[in-house]
Amino acid sequence: MAETIEHAGDVLRAEHISKTYGAVTALTDVNMYLARGEVLGLIGDNGAGKSTLLKILCGFQPPTSGRIFLEGQEVTFKSVDHARSLGIDAVYQDLALVNQLAVFQNMFLNREKISWPLVRNRAMRRETRERLDEMGVDIPSVNAPVARLSGGQRQAIAVARSVFSNPKILLLDEPLAAMGVKEGAIILDLVTKLKKQGNVSIIIIAHNYGQILQVCDRVNMIQDGKVALDKRADETSAEELTEVVVAEYRKALQERQRSA
Amino acid sequence: MSEATRQSPGVIGQPSGPAAGTSRSLGSMLGQLYRQRESTVFVIAVASFVGFWIVNSAFVSRTTLSVTFNDTFPAITIIALGEVFLLICGEIDLSVGFMVGFSPFMSYFLDVYYHVPALLAVLIGLLLGVLVGLVNGFLTVTVGVPSFITTLGTGFVLWGIMLYTSHAEPATVPANMSHFGSWLGGGNRYSWLIWAVVLTAIFHVLLTRTRWGVHTVAVGGNLLGSREAGISVARIKYGNFMFTAVLGALVGFQTMYYTNSIDPNSASYTPMFNAVTAAVIGGTAMLGGSGTIMGAVFGAVVLADLSVGFAIEGVSANLFYVIEGAAILIAMVANVQLARLRERGGR
Repeated sequence: MAETIEHAGDVLRAEHISKTYGAVTALTDVNMYLARGEVLGLIGDNGAGKSTLLKILCGFQPPTSGRIFLEGQEVTFKSVDHARSLGIDAVYQDLALVNQLAVFQNMFLNREKISWPLVRNRAMRRETRERLDEMGVDIPSVNAPVARLSGGQRQAIAVARSVFSNPKILLLDEPLAAMGVKEGAIILDLVTKLKKQGNVSIIIIAHNYGQILQVCDRVNMIQDGKVALDKRADETSAEELTEVVVAEYRKALQERQRSA
Repeated sequence: MSEATRQSPGVIGQPSGPAAGTSRSLGSMLGQLYRQRESTVFVIAVASFVGFWIVNSAFVSRTTLSVTFNDTFPAITIIALGEVFLLICGEIDLSVGFMVGFSPFMSYFLDVYYHVPALLAVLIGLLLGVLVGLVNGFLTVTVGVPSFITTLGTGFVLWGIMLYTSHAEPATVPANMSHFGSWLGGGNRYSWLIWAVVLTAIFHVLLTRTRWGVHTVAVGGNLLGSREAGISVARIKYGNFMFTAVLGALVGFQTMYYTNSIDPNSASYTPMFNAVTAAVIGGTAMLGGSGTIMGAVFGAVVLADLSVGFAIEGVSANLFYVIEGAAILIAMVANVQLARLRERGGR
């Protein structure tokens, strides 16, 4: 991706975003962009401000100051629904699934195909199967209640459902949290597949970036409430990123020792 | 990735390889599990029927069967249809039993004292169910009082209004009102049962094959997730409160036509308790998220069997409650134990 295209084709851009909660400053000055079709890894240590930034980008809370541009237009998100209507969808792990309903019912929740007054279960089953195959998500049966699936499968269904509504931007919050390597691979495969299809731009928020790095085009590291590092994924490594975090930690430790 | 992609064609097409094999057997196993959840109560229903038959062959006489299935069963079933929907979406209506007396009395007053045409008076009586459902929904969903408390309160209010206005005296059905009683359950002795069967079919389809049903399960299963998916949670809950209260009013009119009198004693907590018991014996979760109409119908058969069976055995009415309570507990314990066994077997 050339430098000029990246900036002309930004699907999302955030400028000088800050967020304070009373006396606590979570974000000081975040500047970031997301190119069309790009997968951006948003990484950083606990408490660096990743979640705060996600909540601002998905419309859950407004920034204290700063501007957000969606496809070049400045936007102010009024709510999560509003952001979603503009094409930004956040997936918080598998929390939005209904355990008691079957996979296909979850996929079509509140978007059911109907020939009034009945739901067209057969059509929804078929399409769910097709879409999941397309995305390479392997589950035992589209009729299985979601409660019966593994953590990775559930998360994959949650992501697949979001993709179903054709968002422009997908925000994945810690998609690999509490997941084994095999389970995590399901999600990484899904992200890779979505990247290949190129219809959606993705931001992955991750705490553990070793695994994430292989699917990202670019990583932004958040430190002290701002983007401290912006690198292409193939120009960095997990070791380097770890080193940055550790260096930061050492610096803070030294400062504390000096002042003590 | 590659592994998943390679396997996926097998999942839709003919079974090939181990992945497809497991998916098929797991699918059929789950299907069985689902069917079994209702089959437990079905077995209990059949067992109680056969049990009473063995003890006393009069249980299967025409008269007794008619009492069981033509008047005991429909009253329980029809209200249970509403309670199943409410329980699944995470609410309960304790007031519905009082609609059974309240609505007929209000229609009676409209007809006799305000000279409202009889058909209109009955329609208004049924629509009072919509109003009561709205009030229950408003207090529960909009104001935020738990439905257990809301409907306890509205139940007492309905009870009081009915007792106060009727002076707790029964009334006879006015002649102009009894004309169309034949299609409200009073004509043929099977008409009430037919109502129950038709409504059961409608509500079964409503629950399993419509958006309303799927959303009712979703709201009870994951309230926040449903809201996030854009489902109007309030609409679902208001609607189910209205269904239930209207069904209670309908049972009121059916009882009125069936017995040809309006009895203040017909309104109590009992119709509601029977309906909720039928639903819960039938596998509907008290905490919401799952339940079936067919399960509740079999549950209603169990209750009707018990109530009629003990009556023809000559068990005193006072002792009957002890036995009914114990029978319900035994049925429920059996249900829970069987569910646990199935769970273990399924793993």
